[in-house]
Amino acid sequence: MTMRIDPADPAPPGLFKRLDPAVLTAFGCIVALLLVGSLYSTSFLSPGYLLQQLQVGAFLAMAATGMMIVILLGQIDLSVPWLVTVGGMMSTAAAGYGPWGAAFAIPAGVLCGVVFGLVNGVGVAYLRIPSMIFTLGINAVAQGLMILRTGGSAPQDMATPAMHGLATGHALAGIPNAVWIWIVVGAVTVFVLRRTTFGRSVYGIGNREAAAYLSGINTRRIVLLAFALSGGLSAFAGVLLAGYSDKAYQGMGDPYLLPAIAAVVLGGTSILGGRGSYLGTTAGVILITLLQSILSVMQIAEAGRQIIYGVVIVAMLLLYGRGPRVGS
Amino acid sequence: MRDWRYRFDQHKATLSAALVFVVIFGIYAANHPAGFSANVVQTAANKGVLLALVAVGQTFVVLTAGIDLSLGAIFILADCLASWIVIGSPLMTGLGIVGVLLAGLACGAVNGALVIYGRLQPIVATIATGAIYFGLALALRPNPGGDINGDLADALTGQGPGGVPVSVVALVVIMLLVWVPFRRSVLGRAAYAAGSAEVSAYMSGAPVARAKFLAYCMAGLFAALGGLMLAFFTYSGEASSTNAATYTLNSIAAVVIGGVSLFGGSGSAVGAIFGALIFRTINDLLFVFDLDPLWQPLFLGLVLLLAVSLGSLRLLRVRNRLELFGP
Amino acid sequence: MEPIKAGLAASTEPLLRLRGITKRYGGVRALEEVDLAVRAGRIHAILGENGAGKSSLIKCIAGVVQPDAGTMSLDGAAVRFPSPAAANAAGVVCIFQELSLIPDLSVADNIMISNPPRRFGMIDGRAQRRMAEAALARAGAGNIHPLELVKNLPLSRRQLVEIAKALARNPRLLILDEATSALTAADVETVFRVLKALRAQGLALLYISHRMDEIAELADDCSVFRNGRHVATFPAGTKSDGEVIAMMIGREYSHVFPPKPAPVPTGPTPTLAVRDLSWGETLAGISFEVRAGEIVGLGGLDGQGQRELLLALFGVLRGVTGQVVIEGRPVSIGGPGDAKAPANGMALIPEDRKTEGLMLPMSVGENLCFASLERLSRGGVLDKAAERRAVGEMVKLLAVKTASPDTPVGALSGGNQQKVVVAKWLMNSPRIILLNDPTRGIDVGTKQEMYRLLRKLADEGAAILLYSTDYAELIGCCDRVLVLYGGAVRRELAGEALTESALVASALNVEAVAGEAGLTSAATP
Repeated sequence: MTMRIDPADPAPPGLFKRLDPAVLTAFGCIVALLLVGSLYSTSFLSPGYLLQQLQVGAFLAMAATGMMIVILLGQIDLSVPWLVTVGGMMSTAAAGYGPWGAAFAIPAGVLCGVVFGLVNGVGVAYLRIPSMIFTLGINAVAQGLMILRTGGSAPQDMATPAMHGLATGHALAGIPNAVWIWIVVGAVTVFVLRRTTFGRSVYGIGNREAAAYLSGINTRRIVLLAFALSGGLSAFAGVLLAGYSDKAYQGMGDPYLLPAIAAVVLGGTSILGGRGSYLGTTAGVILITLLQSILSVMQIAEAGRQIIYGVVIVAMLLLYGRGPRVGS
Repeated sequence: MRDWRYRFDQHKATLSAALVFVVIFGIYAANHPAGFSANVVQTAANKGVLLALVAVGQTFVVLTAGIDLSLGAIFILADCLASWIVIGSPLMTGLGIVGVLLAGLACGAVNGALVIYGRLQPIVATIATGAIYFGLALALRPNPGGDINGDLADALTGQGPGGVPVSVVALVVIMLLVWVPFRRSVLGRAAYAAGSAEVSAYMSGAPVARAKFLAYCMAGLFAALGGLMLAFFTYSGEASSTNAATYTLNSIAAVVIGGVSLFGGSGSAVGAIFGALIFRTINDLLFVFDLDPLWQPLFLGLVLLLAVSLGSLRLLRVRNRLELFGP
Repeated sequence: MEPIKAGLAASTEPLLRLRGITKRYGGVRALEEVDLAVRAGRIHAILGENGAGKSSLIKCIAGVVQPDAGTMSLDGAAVRFPSPAAANAAGVVCIFQELSLIPDLSVADNIMISNPPRRFGMIDGRAQRRMAEAALARAGAGNIHPLELVKNLPLSRRQLVEIAKALARNPRLLILDEATSALTAADVETVFRVLKALRAQGLALLYISHRMDEIAELADDCSVFRNGRHVATFPAGTKSDGEVIAMMIGREYSHVFPPKPAPVPTGPTPTLAVRDLSWGETLAGISFEVRAGEIVGLGGLDGQGQRELLLALFGVLRGVTGQVVIEGRPVSIGGPGDAKAPANGMALIPEDRKTEGLMLPMSVGENLCFASLERLSRGGVLDKAAERRAVGEMVKLLAVKTASPDTPVGALSGGNQQKVVVAKWLMNSPRIILLNDPTRGIDVGTKQEMYRLLRKLADEGAAILLYSTDYAELIGCCDRVLVLYGGAVRRELAGEALTESALVASALNVEAVAGEAGLTSAATP
């Protein structure tokens, strides 16, 4: 009758080498969704539809990538909604400053996100405030700043042609640019997580922060960087979204927080940190995007979509997202 | 016997929150263009009680070192449900109220079951159930509308004898009926113990699992009470996703400002009520000082950030850096 | 306060009788055929070295673990305790070394947590307070206010609350495991008075302590344990300290140590020199030197500042005063990152490999590289080939038994896990190696490999500081041993003087006790 919280419960061998059952399940669900969809309409299997889903999914993928890095640390970033909006609004704002402004619109938007992310990082890593509450505060501050900017006047909020092209164009091989961006960001993320000291440290901190610290890793700097990355990626999602809809608007980031967390967790990343692969997050993003799309194509009302969405996530969590047993 | 010193110590966080509220509200009332009148208090109270109820719900869960991100959705679901069933004869209205509260309790029980018996992380589990509850609310009220027993609504949002806002009286009564017994029950103590040191509590034979389950149920119940109040204030139901998100987040903010530790084990729902009232009053302060309302959200955000940053002062006392990383 | 069932004192039948109790953890025998009788109205002291089986014994009695074989009887009737609650119900209550209090609850809440008095279903605050006050008074802690929050009490006061909490359960047999380790001298006196009063009331007390002077003052009976076996029971005061220590040590060594080289010549600059190092009340003016090629041991009772000393050297503690000199250069180390930097070349094998040394779900290879990511990367990008090479070398050098470097380290045996922790630091080629009880809980074979490895590293020029709770290990492995007591170096033993009885005696501070009574206060931080 002892309390047992067993940290030794090992992951399947070869953390990166072999597929996690969670990732397999996620991909299985994707296939199942497509099959269900194809019963409804054959167009669900057409390349055009699939590419369009990937294009829409790319925006979520940016936010989910940042969220994944933060979750791997065992933290969470709840400032995604308004950092997405910051990205959209600040990039379109920069576009108002003549040709130079337009040229630097995209980096300007991303940079603003990075700055907010750095503040998140300082709060979590140096002040050691729980990330859940601190990022919430930053979300509120970002919201306040954006409302301050847009409320009184009607500022420049149109996307630049470059943003529009990035989000909607098909520059190469008929594949949407947004999908190319996803591929590039994904490849870089996989490289960073698997082949750099930063990535290795992220997994280490997520598993055992004390052990990482005693190994001489500058844990605070890693956490700071991770939040900066997450902020930048959220803002980049906002830049793309603004390009896609041609303008930035308040609340544009609201539908991104919960799907980003859900995509990461459904992809097999442990919410407690230290475990998970980018492939899983990719699968999670596709799964959520498809789920949302199919539910809306089937003309299920928003209410039904929300319910099904929630039930699916709970069911998948119960399948493989459970924590260790406490007590006996 | 200098009991008062220890009692004061135990309720320091709550008392500080109360003090801050009194000061802020004093500034607010003194500067209100209409002066300190029963009407000013009534308006402020009605707005504050909504958030206070949800914040009390959040307190139950946070005390056990958990979190419930679905409370905003339960709040909205209760509002929508009330706009259907809390109407008609006094008996029907009464049954309707019971129905709304049972629905909230059931939502909380689902959360609790998933977290405690399903062993899911509270953050993700309640995010997902939040989507379900909000979907149900949307199904009930795809468009704003509905109606509610007007007499009861007027009574609950109006002024009692001496200009005392009835909503505040209702809040006090609810707290006396629910919070005070909880605080003095074995399960309530186990909830505190579970949040403070779960292993020790378990080893000492405290009913940890049942206490945590009860906490989630209570959270659902109080969110539903809040939703019911919302319906009384607006005479209708509306499945607003913005409201759901705002109330979830503000309930956490109110809990923190009210001196409840997010790490669990310390704080009081009474503190959370003052936290909620502080949060609302700050909102209104900007109004009376004639500041551009556009500054309001930023100001609120900064207040929240400052409030949570105060917690990091404890770092100054840590002498062994390994202690920073927790167990 | 409810009256205790008195009148059992000096009865012939023992209150508790153990026969043939045996307990194994995996392959390790913690208790072997133990017979023991504890009588009401007497204080029964249990003596033994670290790992002699004392904790396993009390865990069996208190229902925390179940013995594999043997019988237990209480008042002549056979009993089995499937849980601590069952033991409590039968009147067997144990105060464990790790505190079990809830910091955010009040003293009264804590004392009555398992069974508070109720009225109409609610906790009766007044009755609870009365009962808590009564229990506190019995524990000699009447000056602790029942409404005080436990987190506001200093450690020594919490220990008294813990005793009160045990007394509130009306025990017939009270077990105290190192109950005075955190107490101040004044509190120790109080506790002794309380324990004597309880004895007079007819309770049986099982008292586990490392402090010989305490046992001399308190105990009626003494039982000595060694390697999981009950060696002897005798009335207190019938054996000299020397005889008791000899019984505790026994003469059976299973360790094989590599030969020690001739004493290292005193070179001009020691690799590590520490001068007047202090930290709060835990470390008090520690000075010593370690030369290249030397293994210096840290001895003494558990918890006399050895761990803190290692952490202080590694830059983990804040507010450390004093001077640390590495190879003649005064250094200021702000954290493990500084400590492992090539200029300082330090390594720390931490105390708990599962929480401080390893990331259990990650692979052996990844764990091995954690301390040397800087060496294995360029511009932040890992050199996979170099990593593979280095991992292969280390796995081979330490003979880590793993299916592949990709196996999660949590899947390895304890000994192999410990090898990974050591190898992880060797990969960084440290010149100063700090080890915090590196052989705790690992098998004899791996231990011997570890001893040979340490000697080899020393021969190759490393300066090694080894803290061990195993006296035989300190004697077999170390060139010199510094014995800590109360956060200060009390004695340095080397060469012929480095014997187990000398080590045990200085650890217990026996000579000091014989010389100046009441020095126990020095041991309490």
